[in-house]
Amino acid sequence: MTSVAPVAAAKPGGPTPRGGAAGRPSVAAWLVAVPFLAFVGTFLVYPTVLVLFGAFQDSNGAFTLDNLTTLFTGVVFDAFVRSIELSALTAVIGAIFGALLTWAIAVGNPDGMLRRTVVAGSGVLAQFGGVPLAFAFLATVGFEGLVTKFLRDNVGIDLFAGSAWLFELPGLTLVYTFFQIPLMVIVFLPALDGLRPQWREANASLGGTSWTYWRHVGGPILTPPFLGALLLLFANAFSAYATAAALVSQGSPIVPLQIRGFLTGEVVLGQENLGKALGLGMVIVVSIAMGVNVLLQKRVAKWVR
Amino acid sequence: MGSLVKQRVLRTIVLLVLGVYFILPLIAMAEFSTRGKNDTRSLESWTSIVDDEGLMEALVNSLLLSVTSAVLMLVLLVPTMAWIRLRLPQLQRLVEFLCLLPLAIPAIVLVVGMAPLYAWVNYFFGDSPLTLTFAYTILVLPFAYRAVDAGLAAIDLKTLAEAARSLGASWFTVLWKVVVPNIRVALIGASLLSVALVLGEFTIASLLNFDTLQVQVNLLGKRNAGVSIAVSLLCLIFAFVLLFALSYVGQRRRQTVVEE
Repeated sequence: MTSVAPVAAAKPGGPTPRGGAAGRPSVAAWLVAVPFLAFVGTFLVYPTVLVLFGAFQDSNGAFTLDNLTTLFTGVVFDAFVRSIELSALTAVIGAIFGALLTWAIAVGNPDGMLRRTVVAGSGVLAQFGGVPLAFAFLATVGFEGLVTKFLRDNVGIDLFAGSAWLFELPGLTLVYTFFQIPLMVIVFLPALDGLRPQWREANASLGGTSWTYWRHVGGPILTPPFLGALLLLFANAFSAYATAAALVSQGSPIVPLQIRGFLTGEVVLGQENLGKALGLGMVIVVSIAMGVNVLLQKRVAKWVR
Repeated sequence: MGSLVKQRVLRTIVLLVLGVYFILPLIAMAEFSTRGKNDTRSLESWTSIVDDEGLMEALVNSLLLSVTSAVLMLVLLVPTMAWIRLRLPQLQRLVEFLCLLPLAIPAIVLVVGMAPLYAWVNYFFGDSPLTLTFAYTILVLPFAYRAVDAGLAAIDLKTLAEAARSLGASWFTVLWKVVVPNIRVALIGASLLSVALVLGEFTIASLLNFDTLQVQVNLLGKRNAGVSIAVSLLCLIFAFVLLFALSYVGQRRRQTVVEE
């Protein structure tokens, strides 16, 4: 149905003999953008505003800062700290191993099977992993997983001797690397592809070694995109929900799982809007990471010029 | 020469170690899902995928959703973005901001605000899982925007549109017969990405209580891990095939550009 609107609105604008972009657009021209703006306004801006404003309201709709101050106390605060730790740790691990993997495929044939497979596989795990990733882990290192059984039967090591770590923070860290490393590959590959072979040759013809190349050419060029990718990985892990939700069904060690608790009805009276405050907190953390990234890339754009 | 050998050795080690790291879970999934009773092999988990009515129903929901979301995304995005390039450059920044906004707002946060909204949606449109189309179209916006934007940037839209208009084509004809065919590769790319994203989506569907593929897989895992793991493996393979195909779509575009 929505497709009709832009077309119908476009026609009245048509007959005016105004070649293309010149001049102020007519009212009819603005109408074309209405369906898109109305849709995004309803399904993106409105829910976002609802969360951001709800964070400052009590259950009667009056203004309050109680929800926000609660963020800095007790289990909620602990969840934020754990979420940030988990995201930072998996971002660093993902960035380092991801960069190595990216380098390994970047030096190979650009149209080769290996590169294609790694890039497509990375896309799957980085963006669409979610629930299947959690089950991949249950099959591998779950109580009856392949590796667990192998170690128990053949080596005599019980993976779960200490605790049910797979369903707690250490497990989440391990699982998260499975989408963080691939995301690094996707984000970092364009930067590595940007390194020109001529630079390497120039370095060699001036008598430089591999070390001097990475110390004075490759390293400085790749540092900004590497840091940018690190921040993106942090934001990605911080926002992730599906894998953790499928893996951890009891307790809410991290913020997204706490929000699940609020949505599925474990709400304490008078704290109806605490979930929204948690949402606001998440948006702030993600925005800081993204904002620093934007500033960083702007700075770099200046240097490069 | 020494550094070249060193590089090759390091590369092999990296590929081998990370290769095993990523392939091991896939092997484990294949092994786990083919376990039978008393250490035998059986395909029971795989055959019972088709017998599970709830799962099949959820799969149909997800497949329908992937189509409706891709269509709604294209219908909203393509005319608007083309029109903005032609006549409304003032809106360029706003539309870009709105399209990339979902990247800054985690799905788990978005769903908090969508829950009350969906009370209204279900009041007006019924409580069919297909109403998730609205939420999913928002989720795919950033990816779709980038693909369509790259497609539009690669053609000389203004000249094409002016040529068509001077020959008497209506704006609709310009859009349908000139713009769409010229950026079809970008549109295919955007659609495949949104299909993959919708088929893998869990957060919003599960918290708004709709029955989609991932929700069922998760639910099923509580009583029959074998089937869930089999379906999970299928999902990963299917998404891989989609993205692998996508890498060839992108390459075809590069080649045509070179030919021109």
